[in-house]
Amino acid sequence: MPKTVVFRIKRQAGPDERPYWEEFEIPYQERLNVLFCLQTIQRNPVTRLGKPTSAPVWDQSCLEEVCGACTMIINGVVRQACTALVDELEQPIVLEPLTKFPLIKDLMVDRKRFFDDLKKSKTWVAIDGTHALGAGPGCSQELQQIRYALARCMTCGCCLEVCPQYGPERPFVGAAVLAQVRLFNLHPTGAMQADERLEEMSKPGGITDCGNAQNCVRVCPKEIPLTESIAALGRQMVGYGLRKFFTKS
Amino acid sequence: MSERAIIVVGGGLAGLMATIRICELGHPVKLFSYVPVKRSHSVTAQGGINASINVRGEGDSPQIHFEETIVGSDFLANQPPAKGMCDDAPNIVYLLDRMGVPFNRTPEGNLDFRGFGGTLYHRTAFAGATTGQQLVYALDEQVRRYEAEGLVEKYEYWSMQNILKDSEGRCRGIAALNMPTMEVTAFRAPAVVLAVGGPGLVFGKTTNSMINTASAVIRAFKSGARFANPEFVQVHPTAIAGLDKRRLISESVRGEGGRVWTYKDGKKWYFFEEMYPAYGNLVPRDIASKVIYDIVVNQGLGPDGGRYVYLDVSHIDDDVLRRKLGGVLEIYEKFMGEDPYHNPMKVYPAVHYSMGGLWVDYSQMTNIPGLYAIGECDYQYHGANRLGANSLLSCIYAGRIVGAPAVEYAGQELPEIPDSTLAEVVGREEQAFEEVFASDGEQNAYQIQDEMGEMMDRDVTIVRENAVLDKVAAELEDLDARAARVGLRDRGRRMNAEAIFTRELRDRLLYAKMIVKAARAREESRGAHYKPAFAKRNDDEWLKTTLVDYSAEELKISYEPVDISLLPLRERRYDVKH
Ligand SMILES: Cc1cc2nc3c(=O)[nH]c(=O)nc-3n(C[C@H](O)[C@H](O)[C@H](O)COP(=O)(O)OP(=O)(O)OC[C@H]3O[C@@H](n4cnc5c(N)ncnc54)[C@H](O)[C@@H]3O)c2cc1C
Ligand code: SF4
Ligand code: SF4
Ligand code: FES
Repeated sequence: MPKTVVFRIKRQAGPDERPYWEEFEIPYQERLNVLFCLQTIQRNPVTRLGKPTSAPVWDQSCLEEVCGACTMIINGVVRQACTALVDELEQPIVLEPLTKFPLIKDLMVDRKRFFDDLKKSKTWVAIDGTHALGAGPGCSQELQQIRYALARCMTCGCCLEVCPQYGPERPFVGAAVLAQVRLFNLHPTGAMQADERLEEMSKPGGITDCGNAQNCVRVCPKEIPLTESIAALGRQMVGYGLRKFFTKS
Repeated sequence: MSERAIIVVGGGLAGLMATIRICELGHPVKLFSYVPVKRSHSVTAQGGINASINVRGEGDSPQIHFEETIVGSDFLANQPPAKGMCDDAPNIVYLLDRMGVPFNRTPEGNLDFRGFGGTLYHRTAFAGATTGQQLVYALDEQVRRYEAEGLVEKYEYWSMQNILKDSEGRCRGIAALNMPTMEVTAFRAPAVVLAVGGPGLVFGKTTNSMINTASAVIRAFKSGARFANPEFVQVHPTAIAGLDKRRLISESVRGEGGRVWTYKDGKKWYFFEEMYPAYGNLVPRDIASKVIYDIVVNQGLGPDGGRYVYLDVSHIDDDVLRRKLGGVLEIYEKFMGEDPYHNPMKVYPAVHYSMGGLWVDYSQMTNIPGLYAIGECDYQYHGANRLGANSLLSCIYAGRIVGAPAVEYAGQELPEIPDSTLAEVVGREEQAFEEVFASDGEQNAYQIQDEMGEMMDRDVTIVRENAVLDKVAAELEDLDARAARVGLRDRGRRMNAEAIFTRELRDRLLYAKMIVKAARAREESRGAHYKPAFAKRNDDEWLKTTLVDYSAEELKISYEPVDISLLPLRERRYDVKH
């Protein structure tokens, strides 16, 4: 058992600043997660060489892998710091920020584009209003299970980080947004706007930009059936194409 | 966006619902949040949301829900608003259902409901064991729809610093910090709705998220907003200890049949079932936490002398567990490294929720005209103890009812507040940050935070004693003095988490002082407030809401009567059915 834990952390004071690396060493305890290590470093930010420094900045909220905030690259793998257990990691533990989003500082990035793409995809049910209109449509237990599995996407961005088609200069919305489109097209009322969503996803940046590399599904912490969803959406797209062709002619 | 927009601060369930209602009435919203709203603390809620829809034909009704809520609150909740909430609950769950929340279903395809604490009815709608997440997402999507229409403008990674007041004392906007750039800006608004959540960090390690900083309500409090019932803090009976936080094992685990036990005389002792034959493992949280505390601390009966008891679901079918509780059991598995499907879980009480909050009237307006409060940061619905699965409900209900009065209030013509007022508030906030940036004392803000959290958690939770509270009060003064002598390590002018934390630490210390003072004053036991020296509820003297007003010298405590116009007082019992 190692008595300490060594971290190598990529630092960068802002998007236009020069990046550099710093190493930290903290006492080992059982059941340490990376996030608590960061909190420990924050309490007394001194590098391994004994030089006082500022604490690295990162994003966090729930500490139980349900908010998606603390996503970063840990030993080369994109994941959440709160569920990354030190006992399962090789040292030094290397921490880097996500690379596909604008950097705020150190390990913190701004995933605003992800939310904007959700806006484009119209992934909501267009309800008539919030007044009392009675129960929603009935739903089988099977459909509920399928929808629930998709609905657990916490917008963390792991799937986008590893996607060869996704990047700041490219329009592709990525696997998570496509899975959300499937989620809403599966809802009995949501399905009424299915064609609007499919229309959006047939544009550049939509489903045809997916190169089917399947990296996304391997890193999703919530085991969301991403490639299965992209395939399902592909089939919907075919139907939509035909409908569009016939209504136009 | 125009200065006509109403400002909503906080994008958890309460803030999102308020935003939807205000937009639905045609009024624009500026929505401020510490984190992207979809990551708000509400996503951690596991168990579910209450609504007496009576799918199981048990004879449940909103009236029974109301009565159990009031009894659960130990009669400290104002009854008309609690009644309004319970009556509206079925509409709320139906609305969420229409928005597409993947609630679990019965074989016929209806909404399924499960048992929860403080009731014998199946009243809790749920989406797996991540209900809060699913509700946030549904409301977030509706807000995004309004955002796409141009009615909502989001300010994420912004932190509210203070409210703006005009010369008549009305709230006319806020000052907020853009955290990435560390710049303070003032925003005019005809009304402001605070939906900033609970004060978890005051107690250090709790079941809450790291963004439950308690800062925003304290800034409003210091600007004159009145507080109510701060001494009522819920300790949840079943959480797991971690180095960084306490992780909740939801009451729904017991709602689905989970049993709590420890060893006594070498045999399994299902103590809740023995002590409370009628409600068993589903006694309300205040009672359950007190019992576990007594068994573990006073009687030393934790297994192997440990600080825990067992919560056991190993007798329930794996498939049912996966479908209904998967999300919670996954947390246990990930963080404890043990299989909860086949081994009993080790759990212990942890601070969870604040019943107290900003004082509001029945339209959710604080004592400051134009300033509203909703969600966990208001005090309105839960009195001395909240029933499980009533919080998601009260958050959404308050967000729903605040819309109309806030829009109406915002419609009045008021004289423009001068730019100089804005500049003055911004200047004050900037000055406060400059002082933090200049601080080069010998103290460590995180160390002070840890000391405060540990002390509050140890001395001001399940059992309260006046002598101990007096010591805590003195210690808090000391910590506050030390907090004024912090040394800052990071002087960077971009996303300076340390500077923000350091400033907010003083807010938390003030919040802690308020809790301790109100707890010291209340000489009775009621709900989550338990003093062995005054072991009984005392309605003759203490059936009243605690009010706290800020003044720089001393916090001022006063009381007002509780509205008990709908349900007569009665004894609170869970050993027999009521
Ligand atoms: C683990 C856990 C499980 C729970 N399970 C259940 C359950 O099953 N059923 C139930 O009914 N209740 C449950 N609760 C309670 C319930 O989740 C919360 O009470 C509720 O979600 C609070 O919602 P809210 O909208 O008031 O605030 P929050 O969701 O806490 O949102 C607060 C918002 O305010 C913002 N904010 C805060 N400060 C500032 C600032 N200074 N400037 C700008 N923005 C700010 C934050 O960014 C956030 O958007 C649970 C609680 C926990 C901790
Ligand atoms: S399948 Fe490949 S290209 Fe398509 S979304 Fe996933 S990672 Fe990207
Ligand atoms: S699909 Fe999975 S990896 Fe992608 S954002 Fe959602 S939760 Fe994260
Ligand atoms: S802090 Fe929420 S996912 Fe890690």
